[in-house]
Amino acid sequence: MVDYNEGVAREPGVTALLTVENLSIGFGGDAPVVEDVSFAVEAGKTLALVGESGSGKTLSCRSALRILPAAAQVRSGSIVLCDREGQNPVDLMSLSEKKMQDIRGNRVSMIFQEPMRSLSPLHRIGNQVSEVLKLHRDFNAAERQKRVLAMFERVGFVDPARVYESYPFELSGGMRQRAMIAMAMVGRPDILIADEPTTALDVTTQAQVLGLIKDLQAEYGMAVVLVTHDLGVVANMADDVVVMNRGRVMESGSAELILGDPKHPYTKDLMAAAPEIPATPADRPDEADRDYILEMRDVNKTYILKGSAPWKPKTVVNAVRGVDFGVERGKTLAVVGESGSGKTTCARMALGAERADAGASILFRETADSDPVNLQDLDRDARLKFQRKAQMVFQDPYSTLNPRMRVKDALCEPLEIHGIGSASDRIDRAVEILKWVGLNENMLTRYPHAFSGGQRQRLSIARALMLNPILLVCDEPTSALDVSVQEQVLQLLEDIRDRLNLSYLFISHDLAVVARIADEVAVMRSGLVVEQGPPEQLFYNPKHPYTKALIAAQPEPEISRPIDLKIVAQGAGEPSSWPAEFRFIGADAPPLTETDPGHKVRAHV
Amino acid sequence: MALLRFAVFRFLTMLATLVVVSVLVFLIITLPPGDYLSNQINELRATGQSAGIAKAEFLRAEYSLDQPLWKQYLIWAGFMPGPHGFAGLLQGEFGWSFEFDKPVADLVGGALWMTVLVNLAAVLFIYAVALPLGILAAAKSKTWVDYTSAFVGYLGLATPNFLLALILFYYGNRYLNLPIGGLMDPQYEGQPMSFDKMKSVLIHLIIPTFVIGTSGAAAMMQRLRANLLDELGKPYVETARAKGMSEPRMLTKYPLRVAFNPFVADIGTLLPSLVSGSVLVSVVLGLQTIGPLLLSALKSQDLFLSAFVLMFVALLTLIGTLISDLLLALLDPRIRFGGRER
Repeated sequence: MVDYNEGVAREPGVTALLTVENLSIGFGGDAPVVEDVSFAVEAGKTLALVGESGSGKTLSCRSALRILPAAAQVRSGSIVLCDREGQNPVDLMSLSEKKMQDIRGNRVSMIFQEPMRSLSPLHRIGNQVSEVLKLHRDFNAAERQKRVLAMFERVGFVDPARVYESYPFELSGGMRQRAMIAMAMVGRPDILIADEPTTALDVTTQAQVLGLIKDLQAEYGMAVVLVTHDLGVVANMADDVVVMNRGRVMESGSAELILGDPKHPYTKDLMAAAPEIPATPADRPDEADRDYILEMRDVNKTYILKGSAPWKPKTVVNAVRGVDFGVERGKTLAVVGESGSGKTTCARMALGAERADAGASILFRETADSDPVNLQDLDRDARLKFQRKAQMVFQDPYSTLNPRMRVKDALCEPLEIHGIGSASDRIDRAVEILKWVGLNENMLTRYPHAFSGGQRQRLSIARALMLNPILLVCDEPTSALDVSVQEQVLQLLEDIRDRLNLSYLFISHDLAVVARIADEVAVMRSGLVVEQGPPEQLFYNPKHPYTKALIAAQPEPEISRPIDLKIVAQGAGEPSSWPAEFRFIGADAPPLTETDPGHKVRAHV
Repeated sequence: MALLRFAVFRFLTMLATLVVVSVLVFLIITLPPGDYLSNQINELRATGQSAGIAKAEFLRAEYSLDQPLWKQYLIWAGFMPGPHGFAGLLQGEFGWSFEFDKPVADLVGGALWMTVLVNLAAVLFIYAVALPLGILAAAKSKTWVDYTSAFVGYLGLATPNFLLALILFYYGNRYLNLPIGGLMDPQYEGQPMSFDKMKSVLIHLIIPTFVIGTSGAAAMMQRLRANLLDELGKPYVETARAKGMSEPRMLTKYPLRVAFNPFVADIGTLLPSLVSGSVLVSVVLGLQTIGPLLLSALKSQDLFLSAFVLMFVALLTLIGTLISDLLLALLDPRIRFGGRER
């Protein structure tokens, strides 16, 4: 067996702050889920634990704080914490619970994946953050508040006093993660453990949060243990890398070596699966006559929210404003944007699941020369007919399959609803479609829980294909999946598109995923399309600051190409902070103007 | 300030609800054919006692029972003048109990306070028992503490209340010299409130409180345990642990606060279920609460008495929900500031 562990190169005399050796963790009598894992972090350095879900990376890092789930048992191994000089080693495994509490939040602190749920919804942010000081320092209340406010300012809150008095639900995801970071940092820990700290955030927010962690690290000289599945994040942050798979360390060493020249086949696979905006534009034949299968023209959507009480005024939300694009037959139109940009509303309107405001026309053409159907005013029969031709693939394969329905029933249900074929015809079709999506027919009688995330997404795709549609709307079909699985699902979507001549409306927040599959890209922000064009123009000649920010924020698995935070900050801010020709406030946006053939930018020219 | 406006708004809706409830109550009671007086008149006719008939006819006119239903309702509620001007619920006139031949107010007066007292004691008992046991069972889930409390809880749920009452009376009297039945010693009845009377009432309350509260406490304990276990799996609990909080402190500050919401929301439904659930117990224990009164009034179609008791229960429910709504708004900023989020 080849030893891929080069070890963390250490200067002689420098000992690590935290050393984990031969750690094994298991549940009940089962085989261990973490086996013989070793790693070490030095002061001021960042160690990345990389792996896919189920690789044991989260359990490994939590064992350092001894906050494992109750059923988990540490079977063997040692975890030793030293002070910043590398002296006074403490064995965290044998420490009493009381002494362990002194270490948590004080010398070793942690931030978690879901900032939405990691803060108590019922307590003010200031209360939750200053609690760390209350637990570990002898400051009086005024001193605690002073320090917390200073830390809030440091993590980038414009109005620290307001945040101090706020409840978590009053802040956005990125803001909550900043509050979490402030909570972890206010005790000036020696080690910060960050468990997928940016996975739940939009790319631009991710870039800014990563930048913040890096700055704080430089300022306070702490060590960071970063748990992530994203090699792009690793390249931007890590000094050392430990690649894990199925509870074992596959490869470890310096980030430069591992990302630059991966040795282990698993690392190579991970690198290959990472989606990337290709370095050179692909050539694309020019088309004069465009055959749109779906056109959305002058589409607006406003929601009216009732006030919290009868006497409060209603609020009007402009979810989508003046959207104007089309999906070409056999092609993919990708709509990209952050959460709240209106992209999912567009998808719902494209399927007739939601009515656009009056004046919009959403046209569907079954064949190039058939009469267009306006989805805005469909009667029951026309709607049923349209639904056979247009189907949707959803984001979360875990919740979109009924856990109490066998695969067979889930797949045949659309045919039953539309009264197509006999029972045996339906089964035949299900078998055929399963083969297309890379599953086999003996899975028909199973229930969804027997499948992995990637397999479930294949099932959702199979279900969407059962009716033989010609248009698929894919709403973030890969965002809930691991990178290597994402790669396979994208491949599958491309294959069936070409094979069945399908057209896709593809919704995503991830530009790199889009770069691979799209023929045309529309970037949305605050309900508006800010830039639209073929990928080769959009990615290599982006005009709009927001598009530039999205591209710049994309973490790439190459150390030589770090995220340029300045571009991100400039484009990801409020539309009112953009450069003059793009700037807008409220409803008063500049028009979408064509700068090159097929390339439109929302700017004053 | 927003809370005050919310309170006023909720209070107004409560009043509106009360009016709707009064219509329903009146309708339901008058739904079966006949009423107490016409039944009586028929009976008297059959036995040939004409003297009584005249009195019954007089009462029928006196209480407008000869009027159409909607007029009867409006007069009873006090929205419309009857034979004696406005004399309905709104004016504080609760009507006449035909069965007991007394004004409802006299009949019910003492029982009302006793009902409130017994049920308040039961509610306090339920909370005092369910809160610590529920927390303990959740914090030590799947240990002997959890199993024991679950066992005791199910026992409490499964034992019929009146049976428990009899058992407790027997042993309570034999070993602890606790009194049997009633809510006070006979010599205090009808006496003004005094220290000795209060003492007597409190001693008499021990067993009824226990009997009425056990099943409620068991149910609430299980619910709190389940809620708390759900909350313990949430990421914010992990955050609190990672901060270095000790387990008891973490538990009481974070998950308990969240798990408390359903607990508070229960107040509204707890009161009426106690009143109606304790009828049998009150009969067995000989408590002078309105439970037994309601039972006999409904049986004999004693219109005004049963209508009043039902209205009283409805009022208790509405006050309960009002209290729990206000407490929820106080406890949970997401409810209080619901409008501020997007």
